[in-house]
Amino acid sequence: MAIVNFMNNSPLPMQVTPADWPGGYWWHWVFFTVILIVFVLVMVMGAIYIERRGLGRMQSRLGPNRVGPFGLLQPVADAVKVLLKENIVPNSADKVVHWLAPIIAFVPAMMIFAVVPFQNGALLADLNIGILYVIAISSVSTIGVFMAGWGSSNKYSLLGAMRNVAAVVSYEIPLVLAVIGVVLMAGSLSLNQIVLKQDIPFILLQPLGFLLFFAAGCAEINRSPFDLFEADQELVAGFHTEYSGMKFAMFYLVEYGEAIAMSAIITTLFLSGWRGPLLPPWLWFILKILIVFFLMVWTRTTFPRARIDQLMALAWKFLLPLALINLFITAIQVLVWPDALPWILIFINIAIMVILILLWSKFFKLGWGRIEV
Amino acid sequence: MTTTGEITFKTEPFVLNFGPVHPSTHGVYRMRATLDGEVVLDIEPVFGYLHRGIEKLAEERTYTGFIPLTDRLDYISPMSNNLGYCLAVEKLAGIKVPERAEYIRVIIAELQRLANHCIAVGSFLSDCGAMFTPFMYMFREREKILDLFDMVCGQRLTYNYMRIGGVSQDIPDEFLPALHKFMGTMPGMIEEWENLLKQNEILLARTKGVGILPREMAINCGISGPVARGSGVKWDLRKADPYSIYDRFEFDIPTGEVGDCYDRYRVRVEEMKQSLRIIKQAMEKIPSGPIRAEVPHLIRPPAGEAYAHIEAPKGELGFYIVSDNSIAPYRCHVRPTSLINLTALREMVKGWKVADLIAIFGSIDITMGEVDR
Repeated sequence: MAIVNFMNNSPLPMQVTPADWPGGYWWHWVFFTVILIVFVLVMVMGAIYIERRGLGRMQSRLGPNRVGPFGLLQPVADAVKVLLKENIVPNSADKVVHWLAPIIAFVPAMMIFAVVPFQNGALLADLNIGILYVIAISSVSTIGVFMAGWGSSNKYSLLGAMRNVAAVVSYEIPLVLAVIGVVLMAGSLSLNQIVLKQDIPFILLQPLGFLLFFAAGCAEINRSPFDLFEADQELVAGFHTEYSGMKFAMFYLVEYGEAIAMSAIITTLFLSGWRGPLLPPWLWFILKILIVFFLMVWTRTTFPRARIDQLMALAWKFLLPLALINLFITAIQVLVWPDALPWILIFINIAIMVILILLWSKFFKLGWGRIEV
Repeated sequence: MTTTGEITFKTEPFVLNFGPVHPSTHGVYRMRATLDGEVVLDIEPVFGYLHRGIEKLAEERTYTGFIPLTDRLDYISPMSNNLGYCLAVEKLAGIKVPERAEYIRVIIAELQRLANHCIAVGSFLSDCGAMFTPFMYMFREREKILDLFDMVCGQRLTYNYMRIGGVSQDIPDEFLPALHKFMGTMPGMIEEWENLLKQNEILLARTKGVGILPREMAINCGISGPVARGSGVKWDLRKADPYSIYDRFEFDIPTGEVGDCYDRYRVRVEEMKQSLRIIKQAMEKIPSGPIRAEVPHLIRPPAGEAYAHIEAPKGELGFYIVSDNSIAPYRCHVRPTSLINLTALREMVKGWKVADLIAIFGSIDITMGEVDR
């Protein structure tokens, strides 16, 4: 009973479940945890299906189409196959670290969803520091990845893990700076409040911020063209080379879970979250997530992979200055014209984005070996 | 070496073993790379995993009986191997090839060059991390060439089409219309790849100035083919020492300037365009007539030796045959293009990153079947 009392008196607000629900916060917690787990698992399966079919379509092949209608059950078949496989631990591996790594990588990917609103107020915990929580939690996965690389006692894994840590540390900064622009516009750190403030999606008011966040997000969650940590051609599979069976499935789940989480964050911050006409809010939310995810798949098929030093150079020399300028401009706009007409701001911001990107690509060229890191 | 208080950290290079089973070693090539973090200090090439003793096998087969084995040398472009071997035997035995057979040979050899460069460029881009999209696009076009080959000889991989003194069978009536159709679509496809890739910033960053092979070194190492031409060596046996009827066709020799991966990639794409030019001219002029010279079933060339070389898709492919007037060669030596082009790899990759090691290796375009024989 003590724990229920504690939960009831907790400072976290409860908006969806009515105050007279039996158990109060306790029920709310159980209800949303179950929903979140089911949601993440189903979305991951959907994402895997969309990615594989999308890749197939874009690469002029069919993609999986044998299992179930249109290959819809392929993720299920894959999951069953992976779960039935033998769990192999290398002899020289650090057993505890090797065992813990997938769990530590997986948990944060799930925890991010705790503060993402599915519709107005429908979320596990409406933290007033929601976005800060997301940023803090999402980088914990890196520790899991590094543990996997270290614990496998495999040089390929270690190289992949080192790259991951270096890249994530660098890309956190432009990522956070891009978020601050949104926070300035919304005037709140709570994700639910940010969505409520988006009468016009912030992608229009913060176009540069969106691009920066998307690029940094792709690097953060290990999506092409920044998928250096498991670079297929160089490191075979990177940090999860030595994993098999259930543990490998966990890493697979992490990969797509993080992609879905990042899509959900982008949806919430820039695409006005669950808001939209006609359709129910949760459907809008899922649709937007899938659109952003599709954008990631599209990028993956289109671009070659950057090199590790170019990746770093991109973060520090391109994204970081642009993010700082974007933040500066946004701050001035919020301070000087708090009531400016939105379409004027949209026009100004898009113009600024185009000019800045053109200017920077004049100064900063990836090619010709000019980059020294 | 850094010292912090009482703890002493030291760094040392470590050895990473690429291959023989690795996604981007194009077969069973093995590189023992000494790495300092991500930087390649040195590599030690190890090959021989695919050695089948093809040169020795030639001594136990009739002259005609060795043709199927040449298919297994460079299995990406077997038609060129067939041609090179047949030219050597014809030179040794003094056989005159009929006109029509010469034209068929040129068309087939140039189609083979197109097919080979499709794979070379596709797998190079895939080594740069382009997630198989260019690979699949180019395989789709290669399939059409394979269909054409299927039409003339009934095989899709090991053709065994050329014969001493001609070709095994005449091209069917539907071949030339089909070839005409192919010639109509292929330039458009090359154009499409160019639009997608030529100015891609990430590709430029990954390939421009990377893995430079200086002109002098290319000549000194005996490098030939697109790799040498990428370094600015204007050396093409079709012009320098015209075999078959190549002196009758108009075409240019594309060369690069710097000798980096990008130049090698460009040279291959330009060569595809030149091959299309040659095929177009050959299609217009192809005469009717016999397709094989009158040669005895068991050829007994006079005692002596002959060396014939052709401009195979990968470079200079030579066959050196010693005859003792028996039905089998006394000695048959192959000048393998891939192996000799591979000798410069070590100098090219020193000081570059792991990712570049793979890209540079891919840009040389080797086939292990030819390296190990």
